[in-house]
Amino acid sequence: MCIGIITDSRQKSINEFFTTKSMSIIRLKDINKTYVTGANRLHVLKGIDLDIEAGEMVSIMGSSGSGKSTLLNVIGLLDNHDSGSYFLDNHEIKNLNETKAAQYRNSLIGFVFQSFNLISFKNALENVAMPLYYQKVSRKKRNVIAMEYLDRMGLREWADHNPNALSGGQKQRIAIARALVAKPKVILADEPTGALDSQTSHEVMDIFKEINQSGITILIVTHENDIAHRTSRIIRLNDGIIASNVTNGKLHAQPQIQIA
Amino acid sequence: MFDLDKWQEIFSTISKNKLRTFLTGFSVAWGIFMLIVLLGSGYGLENGVKREFEGDAVNYISINSGITSLPYQGMKAGRFLRFENDDKTLLGNIDDVDKSSSRNFVFNGQNLSYKNEYGSFDIFAITPEYYYVESLEISNGRYVNDYDLQHFRKVVVLGKVVKEALFKQMEPVGEFIKINGVPFMVVGWFDDPGGDRDVSRVYIPLTTAQRVFNMGNTIRNVCLMLDDPSTSASLQVLDKARGALSQKYKFNPDDPRALFVFNSIENFQQFIDLFAGIRVFIWIIGIGTIIAGIVGVSNIMMIVVKERTKEIGIRKSMGATPWSVVSLILQESVLITAVAGYIGLVLGVGLLELVASFLPATDYFANPEVDFKIALGATAILIMAGAIAGFVPARRAAAIKPVDALRDE
Repeated sequence: MCIGIITDSRQKSINEFFTTKSMSIIRLKDINKTYVTGANRLHVLKGIDLDIEAGEMVSIMGSSGSGKSTLLNVIGLLDNHDSGSYFLDNHEIKNLNETKAAQYRNSLIGFVFQSFNLISFKNALENVAMPLYYQKVSRKKRNVIAMEYLDRMGLREWADHNPNALSGGQKQRIAIARALVAKPKVILADEPTGALDSQTSHEVMDIFKEINQSGITILIVTHENDIAHRTSRIIRLNDGIIASNVTNGKLHAQPQIQIA
Repeated sequence: MFDLDKWQEIFSTISKNKLRTFLTGFSVAWGIFMLIVLLGSGYGLENGVKREFEGDAVNYISINSGITSLPYQGMKAGRFLRFENDDKTLLGNIDDVDKSSSRNFVFNGQNLSYKNEYGSFDIFAITPEYYYVESLEISNGRYVNDYDLQHFRKVVVLGKVVKEALFKQMEPVGEFIKINGVPFMVVGWFDDPGGDRDVSRVYIPLTTAQRVFNMGNTIRNVCLMLDDPSTSASLQVLDKARGALSQKYKFNPDDPRALFVFNSIENFQQFIDLFAGIRVFIWIIGIGTIIAGIVGVSNIMMIVVKERTKEIGIRKSMGATPWSVVSLILQESVLITAVAGYIGLVLGVGLLELVASFLPATDYFANPEVDFKIALGATAILIMAGAIAGFVPARRAAAIKPVDALRDE
């Protein structure tokens, strides 16, 4: 009897998952990912269920090896999952060929990395304009747009500098401008403040906040508490499973209730 | 197909990686440069030797009578053979023979004089067809003709050296010179690109010589000109000629000394074969050099791709499709190879031109040159090689998962 109820409700949720066109921009159901290196099998993601709505600002926390970066790579289509279903902006991500994945990455996702990943022999403007190049925007037009985004990051006068002539904070702001230039729906940031001092980290988080307010979903992988606490939801991963999934306001509310 | 943005992308990459571009280009330029220089030198050698052949026709067989060295049909060895006038017709009737000429020498004295000028030169008594054996250039007047032979006319044609010795700057045609005291009228003089030896002689009609210098109806030599200048045809004709002569003069057809034969066709063919061999040799070396270039290009492209793996990962994270990654690296490698190949080509041809203009043509080396089609072909091969060399690593790079490419340091 009891089993029957669970099965029913589960079936219901599965039906819901596939039929309703939800507000979710990212929906993960039972995502598994195993790395095989020689004889070793490393089960990194062990059935991740996750639902992120458009316009959310979410942080993913966890110790190293907990699978948080792998999760971000799967979400960002940089890596593929082994089983489970994944919907990105209502497109099912399944057996995607690399060309199609590239198109999704280009139009839906902007990446910000810990090590910035700017192309060293291109100047700031060219770096920012690059996603538009892959959208086949004309050179003139993409330079105008890129300059606009650089300006928004306060880096207009650094446009013709190469990345290695810039500070960490400046590099990360260029990377953010680059992530934004193609007007993505989701920004995926892997330890965006990991290489920055706390002052700059806060500036970068202010920028993310501002971007989020314009309606873009942001997913930040971090292991710094104060960074995570500036997001609206914190997902904690432990050993490849979600240990907790708490909306930020409630996190503060809960202990108060317990105290009372 | 022409995508300006992509080219701008490539040019900015190249200009920011100058050393790498230079190294890639250098191996290609060197390969094509070596090939051009080698081919050019080979042609120079060939041209030099071919010049040696220019003085004579290359489709004749010359047969001289000799002395028998084997006993035959009861006759002992050591007989002098003497050809006769009608042997010209006898041998001329053999299949494949286009023209035949006969020749004799005037031996006693060889003294030529005009007024107070004297000289000693070879005197060739010939029939008019001999003109085609030596491929002469008549500078003025005419050659010996049939009418001279029919009427035993005492006419003479002078070689350039003879004319200069006897007449200096004077025009000799119409003047009389004395050959062993007998006056002959000069009817023409000639030049020959083959060299001094061929122009230090005079020609007189055979019939006149036989009558004036008491040679009866004997000749020393018959030259046969062939329609089909192939070695096998020339050997067949020679066989038939030997058979006919051995029957008539009764000598053993296997006697190596009864006839002295010069087969210009076979001789020329040997040189043609020699140069075909040299050309094959040059191509083997040239292709070897090109392969070295290919290996160089492919090595460097391999490093390029390795070096750019992270960059490729970044580009992919921004939405670069696998094909755009492949074509970016491919176009860069093809562009570098094409430009470098062209530079090597120009340098190679330039060096050959320099050598050709400063080095005087010698007997065995003249006008080094290279077939432009070959040069273009070699460049095309190099470009293709560059593309193949770039394609394999680029495709490998495009095939790696972006997550792995991003992790690459």
